[in-house]
Amino acid sequence: MKIAISASSPDLKAEIDPRFGRAVCFIVVDEESQEWEAYDNPARDATGGAGVQAARFIAEKGADVAISGAFGPNAFEIMDATGMRMFVFQNSGSLKVSEVVSRYRDGELDPVTGPSGPGHHGK
Amino acid sequence: MRIAVASGKGGTGKTTVSTGLALSLAGENGTGMRAHSQNRYRLLFIDCDVEAPNAHLFLNPDFQVRIETGPSVPQVDGDACTYCGRCAEVCEFNAIAVVEEQVLTFPHLCHGCGSCTLNCPEGAITEVPRAVGLLEAGPTPYGLYFTRGIMNVGEAMAVPIIRELKKWDIGPGREETQDGAGSTIWENVIIDVPPGTTCPVVEALQGADFALLVAEPTPFGLHDLRLMVEVVSAMNIPAGVVLNRDGTGYEDLERFCEDADLPLMLRIPLDRRIAEGLARREPLTTIYPEYLDRMREMYESMVKMVGRDLR
Repeated sequence: MKIAISASSPDLKAEIDPRFGRAVCFIVVDEESQEWEAYDNPARDATGGAGVQAARFIAEKGADVAISGAFGPNAFEIMDATGMRMFVFQNSGSLKVSEVVSRYRDGELDPVTGPSGPGHHGK
Repeated sequence: MRIAVASGKGGTGKTTVSTGLALSLAGENGTGMRAHSQNRYRLLFIDCDVEAPNAHLFLNPDFQVRIETGPSVPQVDGDACTYCGRCAEVCEFNAIAVVEEQVLTFPHLCHGCGSCTLNCPEGAITEVPRAVGLLEAGPTPYGLYFTRGIMNVGEAMAVPIIRELKKWDIGPGREETQDGAGSTIWENVIIDVPPGTTCPVVEALQGADFALLVAEPTPFGLHDLRLMVEVVSAMNIPAGVVLNRDGTGYEDLERFCEDADLPLMLRIPLDRRIAEGLARREPLTTIYPEYLDRMREMYESMVKMVGRDLR
């Protein structure tokens, strides 16, 4: 099982990034081996459809689970179609990626069943 | 001549100027009326502010034609598709995604550029129209023809509407062209551009011979005029400034125009009577008829400047 977390810099000790589509980077953690890798988010400066591109990107990186502050309608549609599970962390100040991973493991994160908002395109 | 009336900042008086100019040119000595007497309008007014069109309030068109418009969005033939992902790769707007053995399209993100269709190696994509707004057209009582676009509530994509609106070949000015197909020939076209400096603004400005930039003498007005001047110079469109609400006491805007070599085409004072008249849907040229001549003089200067610039 691989978990992708939106982060503000490419490190396990980095703070999370509450945005999904326009997150600075993603940390992909392998649940079994505890190994992790950091990727710059290619969708960060997308002209449009950042959520779509970010979702495609982490799907390509083999993520089964995505964790962020919110998921827009387009990102949600893609991840829902691929069967990727989504979780959100509540706004909790300067939460670190590693802490989010342990919260996920302890079942403390809320699963996502629908998009968090109406999306941002054209705004 | 195609004249675009634009401003960076919203609410600086674009519509006041564009409708005033239109009525001046359509009036007794204007080109519009001369044509009108031959039962042919030679002046077209296009309201490109499709998110909040308001020029009709002053020009009172009788909308006789109404059509739906919008971008052509991709439809994927699931049998022909090999899920190669080429369509998603070439889409600048991430409006199409290939994940595993599925192709997902996001019509709201699609600008209708056609890249996916062109690049699909299997020819599996066809384009279907998606209505995001309306185009409306009709004559006005003043010897000028009026068209506008209006975006549907909840839509975000103004550019395809503006593109289709400007291409719309409609109106009584139709003349036979050499190929026999016929086309509408206008002596003058006035384009009311949306506010800002975004893609819809660029689309509306495209092809203009002259850009009339309406600015108000305030720090915000100057800030946004600077951005607008960058846009028109990047597009190589000759421009001049209409100073609206002149008399605020803020002088930096005029200084900027001097330094940037931007001609000051017209001044409209900060005047309560104008504000009250506009609120009653009276055009500037009705509130103060002397603007009929001032607008015509401004038109003549634009003609001269465009001539100079073309040479």
